[in-house]
Amino acid sequence: MEIVSRPHGRNLVKWAADKPDVLVLSADLTGSCEADGFRDAYPRRFISCGIAEQNMLSVAGGLCREGFIPLVHTFAVFICRRAFDQVAMSVAYPNLPVKMFGFLPGITTPGGATHQAIDDVALMRSLPNMTVLETGDATEVESVLDLAYSIDGPVYVRMLRGDVPRLFPTDEPIRADHPRILSLGDEVTVFSSGICTEEVLRASAVLKARGVSITHVHISTLKPFASGLIDQAIRAGSRGIVTVENHLVDGGLGTAVASRCASTGVGRPLVRLGLQDTWSHGAGRAALMREHGFDAMALVNAVQDLIGANLSISLADLGAVRVEPVHSVAKAEAL
Amino acid sequence: MDVALLADRVRRAVLEHTLDNDGGYMSQACSSAELLATLYGRFMNIGMPDRPIEPRPWLGTPRHGNTEYRTGADFNGGVHDARDRFILSPTHYSLVLYALLVETGRMSPQGMKQFNRDGSSVEMIGAEHSPGMEVMTGSLGQGLAQAAGMALGRKLKGASGRVVVMMSDGEFQIGMTWESIQFMAHHHLDNMVVFVDVNGQQCDGAVDSVMRIDPIDVRIRSFGARAAVVDGHDPAAIMKAGSRAPDGRPLFVLAMTDPCRGLDLMRKNAPKLHYLRFRTPQEKAGYKAVLDAWPKRGS
Repeated sequence: MEIVSRPHGRNLVKWAADKPDVLVLSADLTGSCEADGFRDAYPRRFISCGIAEQNMLSVAGGLCREGFIPLVHTFAVFICRRAFDQVAMSVAYPNLPVKMFGFLPGITTPGGATHQAIDDVALMRSLPNMTVLETGDATEVESVLDLAYSIDGPVYVRMLRGDVPRLFPTDEPIRADHPRILSLGDEVTVFSSGICTEEVLRASAVLKARGVSITHVHISTLKPFASGLIDQAIRAGSRGIVTVENHLVDGGLGTAVASRCASTGVGRPLVRLGLQDTWSHGAGRAALMREHGFDAMALVNAVQDLIGANLSISLADLGAVRVEPVHSVAKAEAL
Repeated sequence: MDVALLADRVRRAVLEHTLDNDGGYMSQACSSAELLATLYGRFMNIGMPDRPIEPRPWLGTPRHGNTEYRTGADFNGGVHDARDRFILSPTHYSLVLYALLVETGRMSPQGMKQFNRDGSSVEMIGAEHSPGMEVMTGSLGQGLAQAAGMALGRKLKGASGRVVVMMSDGEFQIGMTWESIQFMAHHHLDNMVVFVDVNGQQCDGAVDSVMRIDPIDVRIRSFGARAAVVDGHDPAAIMKAGSRAPDGRPLFVLAMTDPCRGLDLMRKNAPKLHYLRFRTPQEKAGYKAVLDAWPKRGS
C-alpha cells in the first residue's frame, strides 16, 4: 500500500495557486496542520490568528462577508469545543462558506484527552447548515479541498496529516453524500469512516476468505446523510449491521446509521464500534483502537457475534493481510 | 438634522414605545442616544434607502434554497466597498437603533409597531435580518471579531469604506473581546472605529459591582489600540475623537455616558437599569407624565 507523506501540505499550495479569494487562517499550529507551505508561498493570504480560536472563527465569518473563502486550520478540538458558539453564530447560522479543517480527529494523537476530538462530529452534525466531511485516505485528503470549495456554505472536515495511506484510486475523488461501496454481500453490512476503513479492509479480507458475505461502505460525508445507497446497504445486511468510527458512538456515524435504520423500518441488530461514552488518554493509535474496541479484531468479534459462529481468526491472520487500493463497486445498484 | 435634536427624538420615541409596551430597553436609549445619533447623523458614510423601508416579515433563516433571505443592511443603504459598514454589537440596543432608523427616515414609523411581534423581523434582540443589522451579534463579544474580519477583508481588497462598530462596556469582560483587540492591533486594522457606550450598567447591575473593567482605556491601549475618552453626550466630542487620522492602529472611542440621561425619574431604579418595567400603575403614570411634558425642541 502506498503511503503518502503530507498530502494536504503539498496539495494546498498547488490547489490555492489560482484562487485569490482563498485565505488560510491558523492559530499557532501552522506546521502542525501542514499549512506552512501555503504561508510561505502566499504570505499575504495567510492570516495568523495566534492562540485565539474564538476570535479566529468569528473573523472567518467577517471575511466571508467581504467575499473571501477562509480555510481555518487548527486541531479539531479547538474548532469544535473552544469556539463552538462562534462557529454556530458567526459561521453556521449565516450559512457562510468558512471551510474548517480539524486535524487530529479522535485518537489519532497521543496527546491525550485535551487534544483528542472524540465529539467533534456530534457537535458539528448538530448545527443547521453545516456539512460534515471526514477524510479516510490520501486521495480523500487531496480531493476534499475541491469538494469543500464547491459547497455554498460552511464545511467541517476531519483531516488527516503526516503519513497517510492511499486506499482509493486517485481518479475516484471524495464526493458529497456519496458513500463508497467497497464490497457487496448479504450477511453483514459494515459502515466505516476515516482511519477505521483501513482496519475494516483488513478484517473483511479475512472474514470473506472464511465465507462471510459482507457489504462494506466507506462514509466520507457524515452530514448530509441522505444517500439512497445507505438505505440499500442497511437492507443488505440480513444478519446485522456494524458501524466503526474513530469517535464516540453517540452523535457520529453509529448514530447516523441507527437513525437511518429506524427510518427505513429495518429491524436488524446494530453494533456500534467506537468510543463507548468514555474519554480516552495519551497512547498510540493502534493501542487505543484496540483498547476502545474499534480495530480489526473488534470488528471480527462483532461479526462473529452477529452470525453466531467462531471463525478462529487470529491477530496473525489480520496482520498478514496486504491492504491495496480498492475501487468502489462500479454498479452500486447491485445492492 | 441636528444631532442633538435627533438624539432627543430617539430618547422620546423609546420612552413612548416603552410605555406602549409596558417595558423596554430605556436606559440604553438614555445613554447612547447622542452616540448613535452622531454615528448616523454625521460620522458614518453610509447610503440612504430611496424611501423609508417597511420592515419585511421574518422570511426564514439563511439556508440553501431560501432566496427570500436578506440582512437588514438595506436600511443602511446596502453594502458598498466605498462606504462604511455598521455593526451593532450589543443587540439589546436594537430598540434604540429602530427608533433612530425611523427618526432618520430609513424605516417607516409602522416598523416600531412590529417590534417583538410574532413573525416580525423587528426582533427584540435583533438578528442579522432585523432593520439596520448585518451580522449575528446577540451572543455578546462576537460583533467585534466579525467586524475585524470585514476590516481585514477590506484591507486585502483595497476597499476604502471603514467598519464602524458600536459596543457596550460590559463586553470588555469577555475574553474574546481582548483576543479581537490584539488581532486588530497585530493586523493594523486602522480602517475600523469602535465606539463604546460606557454607561457602567449591565444586566445584574452596575458594572463595578459585577466585574470591574477599569481602567478600560489603559487596558485597550496596552493591547496596541488607540483609545479616546469623551463625554458620550457631546456629539462634537464624539465626532472629533472618531475622526482622528488612521495611523496603523485600531481606534476606540470610549463614550462616557449617563444611563438615566434625560429621564431622571429612572434614577431610583439604580442599580437595576438594564430593562425598565413598571411595577405599579402609579409608576407608569409618572413616566407618562414625563412623556406628556416632553419639551418641544427644534423644527
